[in-house]
Amino acid sequence: MTKKQNEIDKISGVQTTGHEWDGIKELDNPMPRWWLIVFYLCIIWAIGYWVVYPAWPTLSGDGERGGTEGSQGWTQYKQLKEAQAEIVARKAVYQGRFDQASYAEIKEDPSLYAFALAGGKAAFGDNCATCHGTGGAGASGYPNLNDDDWLWGGDIDAIEQTLRYGVRSGHDEARFNEMPAFGSFMDTADIQAVADYVYAVAHGEALPEAGEAIFDEQCSVCHGSAGVGVQELGGPKLADAIWLYGGSKSDIVAQIRNPKHGIMPAWDGRLSDSTIRQLTVYVHSLGGGE
Amino acid sequence: MTDTAAPLKLFVKKERIFPKRVWGKFRKIKWLSMVTLLGIYYLAPFIRWDRGPHAPDQAILIDMPARRAYFFFIEIWPQEVYYLTGLLILAAIGLFLVTSLLGRVWCGYACPQTVWTDLFVWVERIVQGDRAKRQRLYQAPWSFEKLWKLGLTHSAWLVIGMLTGGAWVFYFNDAPTLIEQIVHLDVPWSVLGWIIALTLSTYVMAGFAREQVCIYMCPYARFQSAMFDKDTLVIGYDELRGEQRGKHKKGESWEGRGHCIDCTACVQVCPVGIDIRDGLQMECIACGLCIDACNDIMHKLELPPDLIRYDTPHNQECRKEGKPEYFSLFRLRTFYYIAIMTVVGGAILFGLLNRSETELHVLHDRNPMFVQLSNGDIRNGYDIKILNKTQEDRIFSLSAEGLTGLTLKAQGAGELDAGSLLVFADSVGHFRVFAFAPKPETTRSDIRFVLQEKETEAREEYETLFVSGKQ
Repeated sequence: MTKKQNEIDKISGVQTTGHEWDGIKELDNPMPRWWLIVFYLCIIWAIGYWVVYPAWPTLSGDGERGGTEGSQGWTQYKQLKEAQAEIVARKAVYQGRFDQASYAEIKEDPSLYAFALAGGKAAFGDNCATCHGTGGAGASGYPNLNDDDWLWGGDIDAIEQTLRYGVRSGHDEARFNEMPAFGSFMDTADIQAVADYVYAVAHGEALPEAGEAIFDEQCSVCHGSAGVGVQELGGPKLADAIWLYGGSKSDIVAQIRNPKHGIMPAWDGRLSDSTIRQLTVYVHSLGGGE
Repeated sequence: MTDTAAPLKLFVKKERIFPKRVWGKFRKIKWLSMVTLLGIYYLAPFIRWDRGPHAPDQAILIDMPARRAYFFFIEIWPQEVYYLTGLLILAAIGLFLVTSLLGRVWCGYACPQTVWTDLFVWVERIVQGDRAKRQRLYQAPWSFEKLWKLGLTHSAWLVIGMLTGGAWVFYFNDAPTLIEQIVHLDVPWSVLGWIIALTLSTYVMAGFAREQVCIYMCPYARFQSAMFDKDTLVIGYDELRGEQRGKHKKGESWEGRGHCIDCTACVQVCPVGIDIRDGLQMECIACGLCIDACNDIMHKLELPPDLIRYDTPHNQECRKEGKPEYFSLFRLRTFYYIAIMTVVGGAILFGLLNRSETELHVLHDRNPMFVQLSNGDIRNGYDIKILNKTQEDRIFSLSAEGLTGLTLKAQGAGELDAGSLLVFADSVGHFRVFAFAPKPETTRSDIRFVLQEKETEAREEYETLFVSGKQ
């Protein structure tokens, strides 16, 4: 680029800027008028924007989060608050009715039922999904809430009770029951025999006599005779296809020898009454509710 | 280039056009076309069509909130919007067909830009007078007279813009209700926004942009010549008869000169401001006003009419060579266009006649994929959607087949039975359904949901899968 004296371009009759690149000269055409108008309008718009919206940071920290307030007093914080208030207001249409209604009434009212499921699903994702999975399918050691096998009962009141006070949670009302560690006082042969018996019960096979006596003596109090389970005590049903800690023979032996016990926290006081009730309806709806 | 060459002009400032008033056959057709088209546009939303209690009674309605479109006896759901595609194809090919036969008659008589510009020019003329007066007013310095005349014109334009642009919203709302709301100044913001936007666009397009739209903005003006051939009607000036043009005094002989007296009447009336005697031009919208203007002059001169007329390039050629003229309506491209229109039209008709009034959609649960029950059976969950496109509440029975021992159970509020599912008129029934089966041999099985309307024979099937996990 070489700087040259300005001159008039012969072809277009426009003055050049004096800039030249490889023989090509830059013309000094004025900005198109429409472009200038748009440019000035933008400047005016920007000034208007400063006035109307919070725009300038100030040392004094005026305005909601520091800075000028803007003539309309609009801020994103206010907008967020309003949007949240709107959600609460929208929920309020059902919330009052939901809180008054019994579970039976909720089940009969499609709008309340949908309200409970929506709220319950959100609360489930926030609080329960960590252990029970986002779909409630559980995992080894964490009960599957979709199936029809309920340790402490699967009707809606039993579910609410479990949810509210937890299992082995330390709460006064908590469900509590622990299986003793038979490994500390039963010899290996007996444990093996009773495990064989439990396995046969679960798979509907011919029951081995060896384990039966031990089972009746040691296990039937909680697991019921022939392993039908005792829900009032949280005694798992053994005569079915569902196993919390695995159903293979070695899993069963391990559980007899030194059983694992899960803990479900008490949600009473941590979640609102309404949320607990929504969760109850949601869990009951997963498919296994009795 | 020499030093003395005139500077090149790359941008031409818009020259204002003041079309002169004209009477004649084509002007009449234009008035008629304007009244008819505007009449249809305004009145169509007010036509009623009884659809029973479950649907609106407006014959032509695009109901955005409810996601339905109505056109007399046709009701379209969102997933059927391809009918609109068909209509657009029909409109486009129809335009091609008309163009190849008659030239740009769409531009001259039916295009909204033409119709509204015509209306706006008419208002302009009533307030400000005809061409010469308007020109003088335009050049005159500001005065009270100029102020009120221009003010009145623009106010009238805005009112027309509001009435015409505003009418668009009636196609998307119940027209009588909306008109009541407008009268009571109780219009929803969404509607008001559209009225304002369409008012301003009508005002700007028909008041200011006018022929600039046809010349610089309209894509159709760019490619319409692709539909032309030598048998297409275009507006042409009969050079053979017209030249040598020149002024003519009364009583003078017509011997040895052309019939064109160079009065520029054809230029003065032209809404796009061209001289048709220069031959066919891209700007020409084939409105025929120059024909009317010229015929008026020819009549006064007691010369035969049609010095300017609709003609085909082929005929113009024939005349020059002294061959007989003829007009051929049927050409290969005409048949192509008609064939395409028949196929598309047939497809739309077939689709409409065979439109199912019931649809079944099944979505298999993904979380969890399946659930094992305590007795060893497997349960799968499904989201079921049943589309009831009729105007009656209907009861459906849902069943599943394809696996031994397969049973269904519906889950939801109230007492639900998969064998008896109520779906309200003109709506989608959404159900949760569990399928139960003894654990099958395979990890996944193909099953089929069958939907049967209780009273009629209506039957829908849906293939889906039943997952049962590892063996």
